[in-house]
Amino acid sequence: MTTATTHPARTTVPTPRATPARQPWIPRTRRQKHNFFWGLVFTSPAIIGLVLFTLAPVTTSLFNSLTDVSLVGGRTSFVGLQNYRELLHDSSWWMSLTNTTILAVASVPLGLAVALGLALLLNLRARGMSVYRVIFFLPSIVPIVAAAVVWTYVLDPQYGILNNLLGSVGIQGPGWLSDPAWSKPALIIFGLWGVGNLMIILLAGLQGVPQELREQATIDGAGAWARFHAVTLPFISPHLLFGLVTGLIAGFQYFTQAFVLAGANGDPAGSTLVSGVYLYTTAFYNFELGYASAIGWVLFIIIAIASLMTFRLVGRHVYYGGAS
Amino acid sequence: MSVRTAEPVSRASRRRPLWPRLAATLTKHTVLIVVSLVFLLPLVWMVSGSLKTAADIGKFPIEWFPEVITTGNYAYGLSAFPFARYFFNTLLICIPSMIGAAFSSALVGYGLARIDWPFRNALFGVLVATMMIPFYVTMVPLFTAYRAIGWTDTYLPLIVPQFFGVPFCIFLMRQFFMGIPTTLSDAARVDGAGELRIFFQVILPLCKPALAAVALFQFLASWSDLLGPLLYLSDSNSYTLSLGLTFFQGAEGDTAVGPLMAVSTLVLIPVIVLFFFAQRTFIQGITMTGIKG
Repeated sequence: MTTATTHPARTTVPTPRATPARQPWIPRTRRQKHNFFWGLVFTSPAIIGLVLFTLAPVTTSLFNSLTDVSLVGGRTSFVGLQNYRELLHDSSWWMSLTNTTILAVASVPLGLAVALGLALLLNLRARGMSVYRVIFFLPSIVPIVAAAVVWTYVLDPQYGILNNLLGSVGIQGPGWLSDPAWSKPALIIFGLWGVGNLMIILLAGLQGVPQELREQATIDGAGAWARFHAVTLPFISPHLLFGLVTGLIAGFQYFTQAFVLAGANGDPAGSTLVSGVYLYTTAFYNFELGYASAIGWVLFIIIAIASLMTFRLVGRHVYYGGAS
Repeated sequence: MSVRTAEPVSRASRRRPLWPRLAATLTKHTVLIVVSLVFLLPLVWMVSGSLKTAADIGKFPIEWFPEVITTGNYAYGLSAFPFARYFFNTLLICIPSMIGAAFSSALVGYGLARIDWPFRNALFGVLVATMMIPFYVTMVPLFTAYRAIGWTDTYLPLIVPQFFGVPFCIFLMRQFFMGIPTTLSDAARVDGAGELRIFFQVILPLCKPALAAVALFQFLASWSDLLGPLLYLSDSNSYTLSLGLTFFQGAEGDTAVGPLMAVSTLVLIPVIVLFFFAQRTFIQGITMTGIKG
């Protein structure tokens, strides 16, 4: 980049310029200038967006979390860490955090397992695969609200599909969304129904596993499990990591499903009160913007720690040799 | 190394006797069909519920195919739920959002993948990292900011941000651009084409599948969005389908199950039709872009 480092090139690289001996580095710099300019032009929407829609609100939110600002106006004063201290003594907040964590920790591995199972099924060789693929994917495009409406009735203790089916094999189904002990499993099952996006990503990974390696393993006497474990799994490990991290991030931001299926209070008995819903009611029902910002910031820190830890712990087991 | 040795195996498997092969095919399809049924049952129940009389809906065990088919649920649902208006409102948000996301993400993805400049990897890292920031952190300040400039009760807060790049879409576009050989743009550059011309005339025509995937992704996301409309739209005339359906369920959910199913079916149909026509491109787009850095 600098004159000093590029000077030696003067003697070896002839350039078509009129003054090659004096400034042989100019064309390269011009190229660099050109690239720098156009790089900025092309990415400018994202840079502006980053400042306007992320950086500005994030810093405002951090500032808000240190005040008692209200949605309906009134005088705002600086309260320091008061909001954060209050959080520690807020039992509803602890409950929302516990619920969110349980939902995320239970649903992410389950979702990965189900998505992987479905992707493996779709990766079999059989006729009509594209039809099955569309059917498995269909629930993921159902608007969440419409899906939640239907699932309210799927999970209905009396005339819902689930308990009907369980009843036909002689099992008395639980109360699902009306039973505090079963409301979280109900939400998890509902989430598994829409696992199609992850399934497609894993299917893409499976289709990138070299066929000849699997056949070689068969010749070497590897069984189905050994083949899966030693050949398939390493090749799709980047996809699994991607699913794990995005799943965790989405899990901690869980909102619409709980809001529509269980309402703003996290019925029954607060068992489905998640952080997102608690933050929403704090800000828009109780108008406590400062307190809501503190909830948001704690959530942000938890997500960041969880993602980084996942990358650290799981990332080292990921095999990138399959990248072509 | 293995191509040669693999040949006999696949030929051997082709020569396997008929019965085991038939049994394997049967097992595969049985499993696939059972799983398909699990995924479809809620939707089938919804459609069949929308055509049932109120008495039949509560029947135990479930009548999958009602004896009496009624369209009354649709008539009542459409009288209480202004479907056409909400549909139009939703399109007013979805279509500009879709165009904005596709165009801006293509631009940014190109700048990150095809132009070699010092900060491109740092910027990409920051963009990916923003996906970790919960929407709730930015939600409140954005709401007060939009209120201050008078954007609440308009569709602008739901549309404009998409014109400044959607991280997930940028990610997909970047991965896609990385897969296009650089020789193509180099050749155009030698011919004297500028970056804009290379982008619009050489690269963009090649990435139709990725553009389609990104557009459809954003369309579905906007169509499904509840929190955004819930925050910004307070006039019931400007509700979207998702928001309207939520309030309809709150108001009538306990008493009018049939109409609710009818309205839910209507909300779902446009998406299904769209997906039916676009699914190949959509799945291809996601598959082709891949997720590896």
